[in-house]
Amino acid sequence: MSQATVDFVRRDRQVSIDAPQATPTPGYWKSVVQRLSRDPVTIAVTLVLLGIIFISIGAPLVTGGTDPYAGSVLARLKPIGTPGHWLGTDETGRDLWTRLCYGGRLSLLAGVLPVSISLLIGGFLGILAGYAGGIIGTLIMRTMDVFYAFPSILLAIAICGLLGNGLSNSVIALSVVFIPPMVRISETVTTQARQLDFVEAARASGTTTLQIIRHHVLANVLGPIMVYATSLISVSIILSAGLSFLGLGVTPPQAEWGLMLNSLRQAIYVQPYVAALPGAMIFITSMCFNLMSDGFRSAMDVRLNK
Amino acid sequence: MFVFAARRILQAIPILLGVSLVVFGLVHIVPGNPIDLLMPPEASPEVIAQMKAAFGFDKPLYMQYLLWLSRALQGDFGLSVFNSTPVWGQLITALGNTFILAILAATLGFTLGVVFGLLSAMFHGRWPDKLFSAIATTGVSLPHYWCAIVLVLACAVLHDWLPAQGMGDDSLPLYDRLQYLVLPVVTLSLIPMGVIGRLVRATVLEILSQEFVGALTAKGLTRWPVIRHICKNAAPPVLALMGLQFGYLLGGSILVETVFNWPGSGNLLNLAIFRRDIPVLQATILVLAAFFVVLNLLVDIAQAAIDPRIRR
Repeated sequence: MSQATVDFVRRDRQVSIDAPQATPTPGYWKSVVQRLSRDPVTIAVTLVLLGIIFISIGAPLVTGGTDPYAGSVLARLKPIGTPGHWLGTDETGRDLWTRLCYGGRLSLLAGVLPVSISLLIGGFLGILAGYAGGIIGTLIMRTMDVFYAFPSILLAIAICGLLGNGLSNSVIALSVVFIPPMVRISETVTTQARQLDFVEAARASGTTTLQIIRHHVLANVLGPIMVYATSLISVSIILSAGLSFLGLGVTPPQAEWGLMLNSLRQAIYVQPYVAALPGAMIFITSMCFNLMSDGFRSAMDVRLNK
Repeated sequence: MFVFAARRILQAIPILLGVSLVVFGLVHIVPGNPIDLLMPPEASPEVIAQMKAAFGFDKPLYMQYLLWLSRALQGDFGLSVFNSTPVWGQLITALGNTFILAILAATLGFTLGVVFGLLSAMFHGRWPDKLFSAIATTGVSLPHYWCAIVLVLACAVLHDWLPAQGMGDDSLPLYDRLQYLVLPVVTLSLIPMGVIGRLVRATVLEILSQEFVGALTAKGLTRWPVIRHICKNAAPPVLALMGLQFGYLLGGSILVETVFNWPGSGNLLNLAIFRRDIPVLQATILVLAAFFVVLNLLVDIAQAAIDPRIRR
């Protein structure tokens, strides 16, 4: 470490003190990225997820332009490794690889969208309840308690079953399910952040509420909320595919992993391995989201990385 | 302790009321009268009016709610719109069947989860930790309906080891009927195992880093008494999660019950949705949710019994 001479005037004479030069410590986010880059599991699962997103969005490219809805009675339920259908075909003779790629679009959308919606609504309500406290906070939190009283799958199935089939209803149902936990998490972290010393200091020095929320509360609250949201994506993908599996979500003939798993279930005695493939996609995707969320969490948690 | 329990029980009452409002409201946010959806289009208006009056759908909404709630409190959920049998009877049978699955799955899943979690925390960073953490993460990420299909594939399709569907005939000997339980129970136990395993690992690791553990060892306690202290400190959060998970097993087994054709409450709910059988639907959701609330209440009280700090 290089030494620098600090000069300052003290009364009438000049004093020189040898002090070590301040070296910049890496910022929080920089150290998070640094820790992530040393975590091979998180990098690997992120790559796999990017691959799944790529084959879903670029489905026409990776499948060579095969029509996901074109089937043929002659080509029904071909096994894995059939020439022209390397992952086999489904019960109406549609190419399974093509449908798995296209299915990723709806499955990912139906999994990510509810989490995003609940992140916005739940995050807003939670920060409001945590920062405002008082009657508003109690009102919001007690309402959430009521929704907490339902097991999540039960509530999703009930809402979806009553609203009717369709992607949008499944997204609505799952958003309703995820809002209460999101509110609870954001309320907890906001209450903690509000009591931090520098927030007190900002308030004492006359900073407006909006500015305190924007600069001090949000900065401390968004990290944990986002980490929690990424961990919900895995659950959301499993549940949304589950709704379609029950016949409550996406409607046929659309390609969606849960729906495909359900229709291929009847064929389990004919082509057992083909029948299990859509579920394997759900499993791999949710596993990757889970591991990625774990990786982010430990990279962002300062206490774990002393 | 008694004051704490009494206060928690009182707090549960508004939540239960809220739950009943949500259940009732859910059914009525759907446009259209339940009877209109059920009757054939050629039915005469008189017949429809008669049916509405018979099932109480002709009264104003708040009257319907109060009537439904007061009857529900007396255990009377009315008649099924689909087959005119009492809802309560159907529900009790179905709940009983689900309960069998849930109890067995919880026992299996919780035991494995606690053992795996403890082992991975005690071997933190070494291979048992990595192995058990991997198993736990897999358990959390598994879509259990797919896992059910894979198990059927392995044990019933590729090999003829276990029955794939149903719960067997009453006439079968006990051993044969038990075979029907194996696959659903194993499937249902995976998620609790993973969730509990991860929490036990995290909690125990945090406790291990606290000073009192070092103090106990320094005082000369041997390995097992120290572990007993750790377990007692880890119990409250783990217990809370177990309560939640058991509730999920009761209310969320609908997907697994569908795959295995198990005649439980999930199956009943599924049928009610597709038949638009509103009384059955309302009753099933209400009873399951009420059960969940009571379960959480019991867990809270049990937590306070273990850890005096919670009582405050």
